[in-house]
Amino acid sequence: MTEKLLEIDHLCVDYETGRGDLKALRDITFNVNKGEIVGIVGESGCGKSTLISSILRLTAPNTRFREGEIRFKEQDLLQASERQMRDLRGSDISIVFQDPMQTHNPVLTIGQQMLDIQHRSKQSKADKLSHAAKMLGAVGIPDPDARLKQYPHEFSGGMRQRIAIAMALMSEPDLLIADEPTTALDATLEVQIIERLQELQREFHCAILFISHHLGVIAELCDRVVVMYAGAVVESGEVREIFHNPKHPYTRRLIECDPGHIKERARILPTIPGEVPDLANLPGGCIFRDRCDQAMARCATEVPPLDQLKEGHHAACWLNHAEATS
Amino acid sequence: MSLLNVVDLNTSYGPINVLAGVSFTVEPGETYALVGESGSGKTTVIRAIAGLAPAQDGSVTFEGQEIRGAPESVMRPLRKDMAMMFQDPVGSLSPRLTIRSLITEPYRIQGMKDRDLDAEAKRLLAMVNLPTHFADRYPYQLSGGQARRVGVARALALEPKLILADEPTAGLDVSVQGELLNLLNDLRERLGLAMVIITHNLSVVRHVADRMGIMYLGRLVEEGTTETIFNNPRHPYTRCLLSANPEPDPDARLERIALKGEPPSLLKRPSGCEFRERCPFAKDICTQTPQWEMNGDHGLRCLAPLS
Ligand SMILES: Nc1ncnc2c1ncn2[C@@H]1O[C@H](COP(=O)(O)OP(=O)(O)OP(=O)(O)O)[C@@H](O)[C@H]1O
Ligand SMILES: Nc1ncnc2c1ncn2[C@@H]1O[C@H](COP(=O)(O)OP(=O)(O)OP(=O)(O)O)[C@@H](O)[C@H]1O
Ligand code: SF4
Ligand code: SF4
Ligand SMILES: [Mg+2]
Ligand SMILES: [Mg+2]
Repeated sequence: MTEKLLEIDHLCVDYETGRGDLKALRDITFNVNKGEIVGIVGESGCGKSTLISSILRLTAPNTRFREGEIRFKEQDLLQASERQMRDLRGSDISIVFQDPMQTHNPVLTIGQQMLDIQHRSKQSKADKLSHAAKMLGAVGIPDPDARLKQYPHEFSGGMRQRIAIAMALMSEPDLLIADEPTTALDATLEVQIIERLQELQREFHCAILFISHHLGVIAELCDRVVVMYAGAVVESGEVREIFHNPKHPYTRRLIECDPGHIKERARILPTIPGEVPDLANLPGGCIFRDRCDQAMARCATEVPPLDQLKEGHHAACWLNHAEATS
Repeated sequence: MSLLNVVDLNTSYGPINVLAGVSFTVEPGETYALVGESGSGKTTVIRAIAGLAPAQDGSVTFEGQEIRGAPESVMRPLRKDMAMMFQDPVGSLSPRLTIRSLITEPYRIQGMKDRDLDAEAKRLLAMVNLPTHFADRYPYQLSGGQARRVGVARALALEPKLILADEPTAGLDVSVQGELLNLLNDLRERLGLAMVIITHNLSVVRHVADRMGIMYLGRLVEEGTTETIFNNPRHPYTRCLLSANPEPDPDARLERIALKGEPPSLLKRPSGCEFRERCPFAKDICTQTPQWEMNGDHGLRCLAPLS
């Protein structure tokens, strides 16, 4: 069952800026197995979108790949030709971008855009349109036939997100990458989309890499969770381990901050005081040290390795180092 | 006098009737949450209030002044007191301007030439917890959550009396979300800031809103104090919505009440109660049209409310 689909190995990515290189991703290593749903959580600006645009090689012009490998079905994507990447995107790998406007061309109708992404199919135009309408219906867009004639700005924010999801699902990909795909969906629709994704996993054995700040959705949807902080993986493990037995202080604090846990109305919500380190000017030692209430002397000078604590559960923190198994 | 008074607001795009009579009020210093189904018209409501979407009928008064359909010459000076945070953070920021220009633009629009824009930019960035050097960046060089915070800083620049905030915390991690909500709460306590907040995050609503309105298909179907709605939701749609909220616990067993069927068409509004075809609690009587009824501060549009 654990057939590797996507392998990310020691990936390091910088952005070149006027202030020097911004080290957006540092030594990122994790896998997504076939048919597995992996969630990525982490603070705003920690590199989640950079990671997925790197996988797809759709990065900003000032991006520099410094080190590491990204393999999809054993093919090294960083070495693949532009042509090979284009063939992968939209067939084997689909993406739902964080900003739906990145998906939708503002001057084309949704119907036209949904036809365009079926360009490889041999079906008639009428069949493609009816397939498109069916997909819109499946994500809860009313009047799909009439809606195909409309332009992106004529839809609500959540409708645009759902259209992006429908478009990504059209090719029945082996890997779906979704960057915050439910931020504009109400709770009932969010649940409906989660169920739709789980169905997809069951029926087509599609793997999903799912980025979200909504810990409730992560808890409900994902098999495994990768926690990122300031461009690095600080913890990863099975979803129950991460929520019930978090081993990195950042993960623990993140979960405590979720207002979903606080049932009584609170005027002041919990936060993690302090600031994220400047990625262009990283401090030595542990990147979470300035905000960590359990920091020790060695945290200031030595970078904690990503230790395996038990089968499938990794964390990068000196607190656990003694119990590490490898 | 209420700060904002919206009465029977109606918006159509061609044959599509998007808002079919929306009414609510916001008092100074009050936070009013608009929640509801995706596509139910929440963004259209606040855009119509701000004069950014059409409203063919109804009334919007801000501090007693009628502003529905008011020309830009009337709206512009009011934008000092009424600021908007847009749902789409990156799309609402012009790509060619630096963050410094973007967050200080409100001062320029209002012709406040005496301001030290550099100092204001610093102050605003610090307020939303972004480093000062971000002033020189362009929107595409920001993460989604960072762009969201720039939108917030811009809206707060002129210390408005009312903020119309469309999903202000979407795309923020829970810690930054907490910081932002604490900041808004602080402004409310210090400056009496009032807010209409649209959010799908029900956990956020519970903590920040004084009152809330629940929208379905271009109408309010229930309204009340946040406590009342969470403790005793009486409209079946509200009950379904609240029951769906995913919990941050992989072992949570939620007793969800599922909606039936598909969202209805705006082109062909259902007869009788418009929620009827999807309502798990519908009765025979529901083929009649429910009217809006206020009971104290609890409003309802349902012929067979839950107890
Ligand atoms: N083109 C760019 N040039 C320079 N810096 C960039 C560029 N794009 C992103 N960054 C910076 O790189 C870091 C990582 O950004 P990224 O968009 O990957 O974050 P994220 O984890 O997706 O955050 P969010 O949850 O807020 O969307 C951020 O600090 C961001 O400001
Ligand atoms: N410019 C427009 N032209 C035509 N229809 C529009 C336009 N703007 C909005 N609509 C329609 O109005 C309805 C309400 O949209 P609105 O954006 O107000 O919903 P919303 O409640 O904010 O939804 P979401 O939670 O998904 O953001 C939708 O059916 C949308 O397609
Ligand atoms: S290594 Fe030290 S500073 Fe870093 S998270 Fe662990 S205890 Fe905190
Ligand atoms: S009026 Fe009837 S159908 Fe409509 S919400 Fe109430 S119970 Fe349901
Ligand atoms: Mg992002
Ligand atoms: Mg909206």
